[in-house]
Amino acid sequence: MTVHIRMDDRVEADRLEDMAQGVVGKPLDRPDGARKASGTAAYAMDSLPDGACFGVLARATIAAGRLEGVDAAAVEALPGVRAVIVDERMLRNPAQGMAGKAPVQDPHEIAYFGQPVALVVAESFEQARHGAIALVLRLEARAGAVVGPDDAGVEIETPEKKQQSSGDLDAAMREAVFGVDQTYTTPVHASAAMEPHASIAQWDEDRLTLRGSYQMLRFNRAELADALGIDEKNVRILAPFVGGGFGSKLGIAPEAVAAAIAAQRLGVPVAVPMSRQQVFEGVMRRSETTQRIRLAAGADGRLTGIGHEALVSNLPGEKFSEPVTQATPFLYRGENRVIGHRIARVNRTCAGSVRAPGEAVGVTMLEIAMDELAAAAGIDPVELRLRNIPDEDPTQQIPFSSHKLAEALRSGADRFGWDRRRTEPGQVRDGEWLVGMGMASAVRVNMLVEAKARVSLSSDGHALVETDMTDIGTGTYAILTQIAAEMLGLPMDRVETRLGDTDLPPGSGSGGSFGAASNGTAVFMACEEIRRMICERFGCEAHDLTLKDGRAIAGNRSVPLAEILGGEDLVAEGHAEPGDAEDKVRQATYGSYFAEVGVNAVTGETRVRRMLGVFAAGRILNAKTARSQCLGGMTFGIGMALTEEIFHDPRDGHIVNRDFAEYHLPVNADVPQIDVVLLEERDAWANPLQAKGIGELGICGAAAAVVNAIHNATGVRVRDLPATLDKVLEGLERQGG
Amino acid sequence: MRTDLTVNGQSRTIEADPRTTLLDALRHHLKLTGTKKGCDHGQCGACTVIAGGRRINSCLSLACMHDGDEVVTIEGLGTPETLSALQEAFVRHDGFQCGFCTPGQICSATAMLEELQAGWPSHVTADVASAPALTVEEVSERMSGNLCRCSAYPNIVDAIMEIAGRGRA
Repeated sequence: MTVHIRMDDRVEADRLEDMAQGVVGKPLDRPDGARKASGTAAYAMDSLPDGACFGVLARATIAAGRLEGVDAAAVEALPGVRAVIVDERMLRNPAQGMAGKAPVQDPHEIAYFGQPVALVVAESFEQARHGAIALVLRLEARAGAVVGPDDAGVEIETPEKKQQSSGDLDAAMREAVFGVDQTYTTPVHASAAMEPHASIAQWDEDRLTLRGSYQMLRFNRAELADALGIDEKNVRILAPFVGGGFGSKLGIAPEAVAAAIAAQRLGVPVAVPMSRQQVFEGVMRRSETTQRIRLAAGADGRLTGIGHEALVSNLPGEKFSEPVTQATPFLYRGENRVIGHRIARVNRTCAGSVRAPGEAVGVTMLEIAMDELAAAAGIDPVELRLRNIPDEDPTQQIPFSSHKLAEALRSGADRFGWDRRRTEPGQVRDGEWLVGMGMASAVRVNMLVEAKARVSLSSDGHALVETDMTDIGTGTYAILTQIAAEMLGLPMDRVETRLGDTDLPPGSGSGGSFGAASNGTAVFMACEEIRRMICERFGCEAHDLTLKDGRAIAGNRSVPLAEILGGEDLVAEGHAEPGDAEDKVRQATYGSYFAEVGVNAVTGETRVRRMLGVFAAGRILNAKTARSQCLGGMTFGIGMALTEEIFHDPRDGHIVNRDFAEYHLPVNADVPQIDVVLLEERDAWANPLQAKGIGELGICGAAAAVVNAIHNATGVRVRDLPATLDKVLEGLERQGG
Repeated sequence: MRTDLTVNGQSRTIEADPRTTLLDALRHHLKLTGTKKGCDHGQCGACTVIAGGRRINSCLSLACMHDGDEVVTIEGLGTPETLSALQEAFVRHDGFQCGFCTPGQICSATAMLEELQAGWPSHVTADVASAPALTVEEVSERMSGNLCRCSAYPNIVDAIMEIAGRGRA
């Protein structure tokens, strides 16, 4: 029995509030925690079948052109090498998130430096790696490849439906008492999930089983089937544990298709792990952005106009482009508005989703611009934002579903000791360190995506939750278990959640912060149906039933579930879908960031000393895992602010710093003991759980708090991220001179 | 070529290509897949194991260099049913999200606490001649060879501080 909900309107009741088990929202340990801490959680490469061969991808070393052929015979003669494979079904780059079909295929057409073009398969990893290095590719470079968004001859698209304008921003800028008109840039970023992409393919006649590291299995299954030209029914993907994703594993990637082709050809299981360097080159990057931001304000700091125009890039033919301005239309007031979006077509590693596509870079730069406006107007940065919170979505003129920005700003300022901040930059010195505070707003759109889940209540009073949803570190195992335990009145250890297997009902997949709400709603709906079946058997009305600790209680009766079930198992499937609610109200999550930095007056080095995030994301399903998500997002923000930057060689576009020695993620010592506060909120428009996504909110503006703190510490305004010491030092020297 | 070593207290023999790293020997030959490969270049720390009592990046070491050595991996520290105090603390403090870097973090932390105990100074030790104190700053610095993109760093530090404060790992 499937029960369905389509979110067309706000939900009437807060059903979880009626439940008695008391586990939802609690900071419970992850049920999968012991497996992770003991190394027994099985990631993609951890279940190698006996007799498996290894495949290593070989990559193109030109920016654009053709692969005319490979010298296969020489490599096939090497010890242990079983095959050199060049197959037209191989992928140019990973599929974009939720594509559900194959991306561009055929390794003969090369579109970027690093594109995987061949697979060398051998009996051992060492032999395959040697073969891939030894493989000579006959490459025909195409003249005139364009590798940078600012290069001569670059083709720039200006898609009409991505431009918006209302009122007269130019006039608003002319009439503004205070204004900002600046251009900001962010570099290319890497997701850099700790588990590199890897796939193990195994065929049983015409059925393919793939163990992979993927975020969205129902889409990945369709993409893999489409790439191979086979029926989806013949593809099973397993990803019970995923070593991080951050967008990089949304779509099926080259190693999966190559592994499947090789395993079929050789008749043995084939494992294809990508090296870290291949992940940097052959998986998704976040596009660099150039953002012109205009703010027009009156004497009181109230905005009369906002302009946000972005230039991003991607490979020819890719539909995705970094949605830089996603939150700009509704974050602040202002009747005169311009939104611009241009896409440069370049021969560089494919651009795709990296944690919070859009807001991560767009809100960050908007929040630096707001800091500039605050400084220009002589208004406190917190107060400036408070004055500009709109009463409704100013672009669509629809109400907000719920809105906690003001509370997040006030609460954050209070907790952080914002009143101790000196307005004038460069006033606080601690030895050779200049100390300053900065803040920023956080905002991220909230989404619901179709999801199904099955819940089975066994006659002995244990429950099983099943969906192909993934847990990429997000806490899915924990929160789905908690929702089922709450709804069915069971202790946590009597509920098991199985994920990451396309044989199970299709969930939403992990992406866009919609996993918990979407799949949680599906589990909730299935549990509601089981509760209805229990009521039938127990002979009570739904509102009279209490389930707690494995007992059903109604009126003065209290009976163990097992007794009511009488040897029968109850099974239900929940199905959640988005609906008209999306158009009736603006749904988003909000928060605030506060940071204190020390900037070394001699070297220009910045160290984050303290950081606080205050967030509202509807009902928090697990206070421990939600907090961890926020810590992670804010740390991404520290990386964005200070160290993370991919360098493309201007000659051929190749990624120069394609490893962790040169692409600098924040390390433990770069991150202070960050504080996170989660505000109480319910959003009845979001879903019956009244919960919203929190996985990305922590990065959506975080870097701005750090960069604004650098300004407060030094008076140096960095508009080109990351704020590396050379840029800060140059600013300090300019001031000194 | 043949390499004899002791892994988690058991004598093991592997017959492997001389190019095989200690990491791949553990994972592919001994099926000890708790140790993870995050970069294969000694840049992330996911492959950290304890060899001869010291934490090392097992990807930077060839298996054949460890003939006769004693190696401890995450599997040797505790099972899901018998977690070490530090492993338990990682669960309690949510010292991970995706869990991929976790075995390396825990092996690293286990050996790190012994280094601290033995008085090894670090970059942040003000006076290298005196015994380093157990501080957030010291722990954070000493754990900086283990990357965590989920960024559980504050929780990792909390977990370690709790156990170190109790004086047992």
